[in-house]
Amino acid sequence: MATPTDDRIADTTRTVEEMGRDAVARTEAQVIGTSPIEQTALEREEELFTVNMGPHHPATHGVLRLLVSLEGEVVRDLKPVMGYVHTGIEKSCEQHSYWKVIPFVERMDYLSYYFNAEAFCGAVERLLELEIPPRAKWLRTMHLELNRISSHLVGLGTTALDLGAISMFWYCFRERDKILDLMEMSSGQRMHTRYFQVGGVIEDIPLGFEEKVRAFTDEMPERINQYAALLDRNEIFLQRTKGTGMVSRERLLELGVTGPLLRAAGEPWDLRKVEPYLAYDEVEFDIPVGTTGDNYDRYKVRLQEMRESVRIVEQCLDGLPEGPWIADDRKVVLPPRHELGTSMEALIHHFKLVTEGYRVPPGESYYPIESPRGELGCFVVADGSAKPSRVHMREPSFVNLQALRDMCIDGYVADMICNLAMLDPILGGIDR
Amino acid sequence: MPDAPGLELIAQEVNTRHDGAVIGTSYDRREATLLVGPGSAHDVLRYLKEAPGQEYHSLVSLHAADYLPEEPRFAVHYELLNMPRVERLRVKCLIEEPPAGELPQLRTVTDLFPTAEFHEREVYDFFGIVFDGHPDLRRILLPEDYEGFPQRRDFPVGGDPVIFTNTEDEMPGWTH
Repeated sequence: MATPTDDRIADTTRTVEEMGRDAVARTEAQVIGTSPIEQTALEREEELFTVNMGPHHPATHGVLRLLVSLEGEVVRDLKPVMGYVHTGIEKSCEQHSYWKVIPFVERMDYLSYYFNAEAFCGAVERLLELEIPPRAKWLRTMHLELNRISSHLVGLGTTALDLGAISMFWYCFRERDKILDLMEMSSGQRMHTRYFQVGGVIEDIPLGFEEKVRAFTDEMPERINQYAALLDRNEIFLQRTKGTGMVSRERLLELGVTGPLLRAAGEPWDLRKVEPYLAYDEVEFDIPVGTTGDNYDRYKVRLQEMRESVRIVEQCLDGLPEGPWIADDRKVVLPPRHELGTSMEALIHHFKLVTEGYRVPPGESYYPIESPRGELGCFVVADGSAKPSRVHMREPSFVNLQALRDMCIDGYVADMICNLAMLDPILGGIDR
Repeated sequence: MPDAPGLELIAQEVNTRHDGAVIGTSYDRREATLLVGPGSAHDVLRYLKEAPGQEYHSLVSLHAADYLPEEPRFAVHYELLNMPRVERLRVKCLIEEPPAGELPQLRTVTDLFPTAEFHEREVYDFFGIVFDGHPDLRRILLPEDYEGFPQRRDFPVGGDPVIFTNTEDEMPGWTH
């Protein structure tokens, strides 16, 4: 789609004096905010029109409110307003023992719950200096990648839905449902599974799980090809995505943007490669990188990431080592159920862990991982008691949202919808 | 991550340029931290960003914590990252509790790292730390008219009345 042409953009060469006081007063009154990130050159002739998009708007992917200054159909300024689903999760985490915090953090970014759990568990394991067994590492890697596929599927489906391709939404959710079935099989829950524990995972995968996952990984590449066939050469989709929402790589880095948005702009930065955690240094995968950083590149990067995730899941099934799936540290990990009837010691440990929880030696830890949206870092301060003194999540959606203004300025309203969808923000993660 | 000797070298180097800026170091569980005071945090961060050989160009995250009853009470943590070397360094700025009725002050780093804008608003929102020179310091997640800073350790849990249509008349300050 063509960028706004000259006849739409008002003459900016005239000085304020030539435009007259009235024009200036009217436009200045409608400037949103004073921050440099939000400043706009306002020497425009036409009147700006400020509208609210959201908080209740289907295209904002949650309860996000955008204050938009429009000149005709062109976005001249934009300011996100959030906090509508703030539930004080970080404060609640301080009131609960470490093992009870996991369900809280899982509900932050509600599409990538395994990642939140891994960030928190990883930070606590680092504070405890607890090494998790190899099988737990591989199981976690496999579940993280399954979760990444399901998260990208929701992102892709809702993006296409916003652009008018409703059938994509159903196809994406069909495959996502298969992943949720797999998660239900391994953990008993479809979402917010609480499968990751400090020290490993709660249970080994059940019999028959491997075949189910293999059936899924056999099918998924073909499904991804079908998505690509639906969208790659779709004229409407191309017009909406090609050349829109471009922000330079340097600017994205300044704004702290990470994840697929940054990779689409040509920066091959992926924490799974540069700072491998879990089993990522033992599996083979590539990092898809875009060239121009427009919305089409973002779509292609996410599509390719799903293919790479399928590869990782397959390798996890092949390479899954035998052995325990949770660390054998009775001061942190619950004893096996069958020991409770015969061993007094196990019963005491069980009682202490469930009532008081385990104590974590004082210290601070920041544990970053690569979530579907970028760097997800969990910062935990331990004060030596059984409850964390501070839990903070560096949410990629929260940080990436700062780039929305740069993406949308001087584009059409329609492009703004596309930019926001491709940003893939999760408001549960932003507001926490 | 710089290792423990590497961290000492960084601290020495910063201190030769800005005398006494780094008041301590901590190397704990493979995470390196420089401790600084509120007056020198901006200088240290600028040095770490711009000095050749340091070049921590990315501020990954910025968060605060309340260490009540310890002194100094507050700390703001800057998680720096050097992407080519994949090195992380934390700068921990310790802030004393100000006299009653005043808010702690700290200079903004949005001029060095534009990404800090949302982070600093969040810290202000939950801890009441005022960032001087921040372009748009308002609450970000809590309502604009919210009173108090809920992530402080002395802020009670569960003290907020919930407004329903059948209880709104009983709410203090609530008018139709």
